[in-house]
Amino acid sequence: MSDRDEVIPTFEKVISTPGMDALVASDASAASAAAGTPPEVGPSGGEQLSERQQARRENWRLIRRRPAFIVGVLIVAIWTVCAAFGDRITPHNPLDFRAGTHLSPRAKFPFGTDEQGRDVLSRVMAGSRDVLKVAPLAALLGVLFGVIVGMLMGYFGGWLDNGLGRIVEAFLALPVLLVALLAVTTLGSSSTVVIGVVAVLFTPVVARTVRSAVLAERDLDYVTSAKLRGESSVFVMFREILPNVSGPIIVELTVRIGYAVFTVATLSFLGAGPQPPSPDWGAQVSGAFRVISAGIWWTTFFPAAAIASLVIAVNLIADSVQSVVEA
Amino acid sequence: MSTSTSPIRASSINGAALSVEDLEVAYKVRGVDRAVLRGVTFHVAPGEAYGLVGESGCGKSTTAYAALRYLPRNGKITGGRVLVDGGDVTAMSTGELQRFRATEASMVYQDPAQAMNPSLRIGRQLIESFTLLGQSTEQARQSALEALRRVRIADPKRVMERYPFQLSGGMQQRVVIAMALACDPKLLVLDEPTTGLDATVEAEVLDLVRTLREESDAAVLLIAHNLGIIRALCDRVGVMYAGKIVEEGPSRDVFDDPQHPYTVGLLRSLPRHGVRKTERLLATIPGILPLIGTVLPTCVFVDRCPLADETCRTVEPPEAPVGDDGTRFTRCHHRDRIDELVDAQPDVDIAILASSETTPDVLELSHVSKTFHQRGVAIPALVDVELYLAEGETLGIVGESGSGKSTLAKTILGIEPLDSGGTVSLDGHQMEPATGGRSADDKRSMQMVFQNPDSALNRSWSVRRILLRSVRKLTGITGRAANTKVEALAAQLRLTPRHLDLKPSQLSGGLKQRVAIARAFAGDPRIVVCDEPTSALDVSVQAAILNLLADLQSEQRTSYVFITHDMGVVRYLADRIAVMYLGRIQEVGPTDEVFNGPHHPYTEALLSAVPSVDGEPTKRIRLGGEIPSPANPPSGCVFHPRCPRVIPGVCEVNEPPLADVSPGHAMRCHIPIDELRRLQRDGS
Repeated sequence: MSDRDEVIPTFEKVISTPGMDALVASDASAASAAAGTPPEVGPSGGEQLSERQQARRENWRLIRRRPAFIVGVLIVAIWTVCAAFGDRITPHNPLDFRAGTHLSPRAKFPFGTDEQGRDVLSRVMAGSRDVLKVAPLAALLGVLFGVIVGMLMGYFGGWLDNGLGRIVEAFLALPVLLVALLAVTTLGSSSTVVIGVVAVLFTPVVARTVRSAVLAERDLDYVTSAKLRGESSVFVMFREILPNVSGPIIVELTVRIGYAVFTVATLSFLGAGPQPPSPDWGAQVSGAFRVISAGIWWTTFFPAAAIASLVIAVNLIADSVQSVVEA
Repeated sequence: MSTSTSPIRASSINGAALSVEDLEVAYKVRGVDRAVLRGVTFHVAPGEAYGLVGESGCGKSTTAYAALRYLPRNGKITGGRVLVDGGDVTAMSTGELQRFRATEASMVYQDPAQAMNPSLRIGRQLIESFTLLGQSTEQARQSALEALRRVRIADPKRVMERYPFQLSGGMQQRVVIAMALACDPKLLVLDEPTTGLDATVEAEVLDLVRTLREESDAAVLLIAHNLGIIRALCDRVGVMYAGKIVEEGPSRDVFDDPQHPYTVGLLRSLPRHGVRKTERLLATIPGILPLIGTVLPTCVFVDRCPLADETCRTVEPPEAPVGDDGTRFTRCHHRDRIDELVDAQPDVDIAILASSETTPDVLELSHVSKTFHQRGVAIPALVDVELYLAEGETLGIVGESGSGKSTLAKTILGIEPLDSGGTVSLDGHQMEPATGGRSADDKRSMQMVFQNPDSALNRSWSVRRILLRSVRKLTGITGRAANTKVEALAAQLRLTPRHLDLKPSQLSGGLKQRVAIARAFAGDPRIVVCDEPTSALDVSVQAAILNLLADLQSEQRTSYVFITHDMGVVRYLADRIAVMYLGRIQEVGPTDEVFNGPHHPYTEALLSAVPSVDGEPTKRIRLGGEIPSPANPPSGCVFHPRCPRVIPGVCEVNEPPLADVSPGHAMRCHIPIDELRRLQRDGS
């Protein structure tokens, strides 16, 4: 007989907040019993929150108070606004405006001007558009592929798992950047290609995460029960199991967006991405870094800092999400 | 039974090895201290065993852990004190506490596998517990061997060389007990020490603890939800409810003549005295245990007590002594009315279920075998099983773990397809071996209720969605009609509409199991396979679920295949019982005949292994050894190496056939039935 819901056995249960219901392990021998607990619930069911829901809600509230999360969201929000409005909100036109070349940062040009006399601030603001379009899409697509592959591996196991597993391992052994560069130079450097390549390269990593989450679910009795009533494998995988592994998937997605920003920026730095005169951050850095030694640091520093800020911001959010999902 | 060797008076506090005085413990959950123990007081004398019983969540484990001041980070002792051998545990410094735990107190946990380091040999771990006490390595080695001998391990040298995973559960628990006894503790705390073990192994461990108690004068504090174990091992028992001891006394007296409504409720919810479902429903305790931290100013049991009146809500009941010798008390205002409770028998409104002779068979298993293949080795998990199941009948399947019970269930349902050569027939037609190949109607007709409702219900689906999906899929009903059906189903299982919109995690264990049962009944099944459906539940909840299953059966004439290791439960619910060992049916017959005997020696051993809450004298038949590997079964009768009645020269040569000993009662044994009857009557 298992009496594991007893108060103590796993201390973590008691400590972590959602374990509350482990503490109140009890039972209603008559169904009406639960009626003894708080007020009647209307059809909306809005009033009464279960312990677990309440715990989750409180966790979200805790998160929203976390400085890391606030900072992350704020930075992402700023860049999103810049990307959305582009040259409509930049102080100068990022492409056509001309002033003196290589002016150092000053009141009129807080970020200075570049070798063609364009305003670096305007170009950094406008440059968020490419990366914010490409990186999340690439990550999303990569997670989508990864979920499908990982689900198949975890659910079916056997030779399918073995076969796909070898491919996944082979992919994991490849240096992402090198392969991406190779693919982009072969297939062309359009956004579509970059998105596709990054997505494919992320797929194995996501697949591995999803596979292990699915392995833990596959042998639970609700899956057996679904098979007993004749559900199809697709239904079991994507309707029954998927919601239960959504936590790790969401975490993986946020983490992947961070990596994607980095990868996309690096690709365009290496020339495999938006081409000049695009204000894309990576392209800007790549066009400017050679003059650093001449003391002209601002044309490199500001776009590079923009890349860093976005990666860090996304990771701050990812960390916070992870702490909630895994709580 | 060596109980009440020394009736300890509540007043003899001075000599107590363990004194818990007015102990209060709270857990801080989301910033608020929530009371778990509300003033627990008891004393255990040296050499005495004290048991704590109560439903999950009543605070018995917290009490045990608090006695060693071993609480989770968010738990703290908010009042009272704990004295072990005179030393105040609650006032000790960290260093003192460490010394105290190393030398004066020991604990044995539920899962022995988790109490040991899986990557170290037994010897090294055991030796360490002695070197910690200051012995030299060579001394410690001798002590370790001695300790293993003490827990009746036959070949200590060999066991020392092994890793924990190479030992069976029973052996592991012996080793853990040996470690716990290393320091010759003043206090030994056992927290559900046999819960994870098979009945036969449990019996061995209990025997061991009983003998060890006689050899040492450690005070034993035993936590168990199984009242039979408490009765078998403990001199005195404290019944806990909502963080208070509501009744205390010598275990025999408390269990034979309970004086608190809660104790009465607990005992009456057990299937006992051979009562059957056709005779009466089991009693349940209405309501639920209050949440921890709930303010309970007066009698803690008031909300669930049938005797409660205004006094109970306004005045805290004092410890009312029971009897004159001062060994018993109960915390109840209405001791004089306890008898009313006992008399209030539940309604006997269960239709007598027709016997199998007049009803058609729904299920027939013929030559059913199942062989697993592991790395090229064939492992026969089921061997030539022949069974039938009549309409409206419950077939109980019992046996130790590893006997093939669950494989049998899976094979019937097609989760594991059976080997070719055998057939599973439903209503006279042969079914496909695998679930996937079976017709929609076959799937609808056979459903399952699982052991663990947490695993069996999709935690991200609402109850409504769970039931709706099953109704649609199994019956083909759609739209509004499906919704109506779901609501009817819920009502039948005594779930309120409110429950339908909740997720499983928001329901208690008993409610979850109701949902799981409702799902199984969604398509009006002919057969429901129940795999230990109540073993994860408290006894009062178990009673409610068993009643429900009996009810549903009498309404719908559903047949059950009921897998369990609980002999009381199977006796209550089953019409016929099949006893399995190593994938073979050893005995099958009507419940009364299987229980009353003459029975197969294996059945006999299973029955005598169960510690009874009634303290009936059990014939002590102990099975030595473990279940052999199915990959390499013993020759002849597979049970012969462990059989207490083995006939040398016969049993190890030929496997006996499953032969009828009386109509409907078959057995696989070489001993003639009359001989068995004589042997078992004489109790030899």
